[in-house]
Amino acid sequence: MPKGVALLAIFTPASQPARKHHAATRATRILSRLLIYGALLFWAFVCLFPIYWTVTTSFKSALDVTQGHLIPWLDFQPDWKGWRSIGLSPDSILGTSTARAEFVSRFENSIITSVGASVLALVLGSLAAYGLSRFRYRFGWMRNDDILFFFMSQLILPPVVLALPFLVLYKALALLDTRLGLILLYTLTVLPIVIWIMRDQFNSIPVELDEAAFVDGLSIWGAFIRIVLPLAVPGMVAAFILSLVLCWNEYFFAALLTSTDAKTLPVMVASQTGSQGINWWSMAALSTAAIAPLVIVGILLERYIVSGLTTGAGK
Amino acid sequence: MQNSSPVADDRHHKLAPHRVLVSRKNAGRALVVLASAGFLLVLLIQILHSIGATTAGYTDWRPVLYAYLLWAIAFGIGQVTIRGERGQRALFLFPAVFFTVAVVIFPTLFGIYIASLDWNLSSFEGPHFNGLNNLIGLFHDDYYWNALRNMIFYTLAVLGEYAIAFGLALLLNAEIRARRLFRVVFLLPLMLSPVAVSWMIGKSLMEYRFGPAATLARDLGWDNPAFFAFPWVARLSIEAMDAWVSIPFIMIMLLAGLQAMSKEVLEAAKVDGASGWQSFWHVTFPLMLPVSVTVLIIRIIFKLKLADIVINVTAGGPGGATDTVSSFIYRVYRDRSNVGYGTALAMFYLLLIIAFLTVLLRLSKRWTQKVA
Repeated sequence: MPKGVALLAIFTPASQPARKHHAATRATRILSRLLIYGALLFWAFVCLFPIYWTVTTSFKSALDVTQGHLIPWLDFQPDWKGWRSIGLSPDSILGTSTARAEFVSRFENSIITSVGASVLALVLGSLAAYGLSRFRYRFGWMRNDDILFFFMSQLILPPVVLALPFLVLYKALALLDTRLGLILLYTLTVLPIVIWIMRDQFNSIPVELDEAAFVDGLSIWGAFIRIVLPLAVPGMVAAFILSLVLCWNEYFFAALLTSTDAKTLPVMVASQTGSQGINWWSMAALSTAAIAPLVIVGILLERYIVSGLTTGAGK
Repeated sequence: MQNSSPVADDRHHKLAPHRVLVSRKNAGRALVVLASAGFLLVLLIQILHSIGATTAGYTDWRPVLYAYLLWAIAFGIGQVTIRGERGQRALFLFPAVFFTVAVVIFPTLFGIYIASLDWNLSSFEGPHFNGLNNLIGLFHDDYYWNALRNMIFYTLAVLGEYAIAFGLALLLNAEIRARRLFRVVFLLPLMLSPVAVSWMIGKSLMEYRFGPAATLARDLGWDNPAFFAFPWVARLSIEAMDAWVSIPFIMIMLLAGLQAMSKEVLEAAKVDGASGWQSFWHVTFPLMLPVSVTVLIIRIIFKLKLADIVINVTAGGPGGATDTVSSFIYRVYRDRSNVGYGTALAMFYLLLIIAFLTVLLRLSKRWTQKVA
């Protein structure tokens, strides 16, 4: 905004005498550094403390919880209590445990549904995004923008609107309480986001590359699979991780559409809060185990998420 | 119906002249007709079976699903054989379109039908037609309107989340050490499941007797730190948890926008003697407006679906003070088994959302044009 800047120059007072100015800027600079790092550390604390609290609580006895002990070894003696209760502590991991069996089956369900839905959404979404980025379509009155809007508008459907019809529909299709049913539904919920990210990704790849591929005798699909798709991998990783996060954490549909076989981790966590009352160490262990995979994914693949959303924010 | 037009500009490929043989065309048409006939046949058998007209049929509707899948594949192959390269182009779009149509259009239409039924799963009578009674009942349901009023609060709170997220994005964009470390840490809450968060924060950190947050509040002089007992405190607590999970998303989008901004403009402002605050208000903020509007709209869309945390922490209490529309309808389904009424509430909510977002999109478009 050069215009705004020019205006600013008029309103700012003339600069102070030089020496005084110098000392003052130095002081303000140190102060602003302090403020910046203070704010950063404060927010880092806000982000990390609940996670720290949950992880440490899984090693606490009831007494440590009620007395508000916070620091392991100084305040309280850590113990595998919480992990033993879900059969994942070192001394119980080899034995049989019904709690662990349940946890493992829920974990498996979560992995299969979230990965399955993310892969399916990525395939469908990438194809559609490439089409919308490269070709002009006309379906009756619908042009490219209308088709894109049609896909994006699925984003606004609140889960409550779809929940009941899906309950009845899945009952008829024998998809209730199955992983396939959840995969189809989750694919629907993340497809708009995948299309959004992938279209921007494809738009950022020059169309001349496709044309060069045609000149070399590749078909439309050949050019897409062999030339364009390898270049779009960063966007695909970002879209995949975002869908994974959304599917892994989804609770509403899972709670309504699954009962025994296809129950996912969030449903298990939610059901434990009600039944076990104040059994904190096992809840903490369960929560830790439920969030651990995505925390690890987040730490390792953070830059892909940022870069993927960057292409999205650019438009 | 479908047709990709030969119009081309610099962005889009030109269509190579390509003739499709008449015999191939006919084969393609035959395939599509055959597949459609097969699909309709399976559908007809199942409809007749389920209304009891015939005994032959399948135990469930799954075969219809498979028939739909086969039909979609046959339709795709047919398009390629009939239209050649145009068909190949359309093939990119087909999977997503057929998928979305199957899983959205049908359930939504079906939902409108359910919404007109008096259908309680716990009663023996089964569904029967109720006309507009659900809709009329909705207007007298104080809890529903209460939930809608709460949604106004939650939606407005997005502005607060946005302000905090903007501050964090500016911090991360400043010249700091260990930027990547801070970025990872700030992003972490986004990864966590709202259900786990509702236990981690809502049910243990904010626990009345010995949660650290309650202890801290006591030390700060609040004698009775019950986070979920008074309407406004409870609402704010729920909002704080939701904000904790979703601020990272807004922050990352804004950070991306900040990094894409040209440094020269800011330097020009500095040369002109603008203070940090002035260059933010007169340069950074206006330049960030398009990104801001996008991220705010996405965030509002997600906020309107808020349910998990409310269901798991307060179940709408105290006295419906924290209820969102979604959590309220969830209870209508789960506890009262009132399927027809719940769906009517959901459909009405969808209409409100569509109206609200349409207005919002219009306004935001006009607003960004005026400022930028």
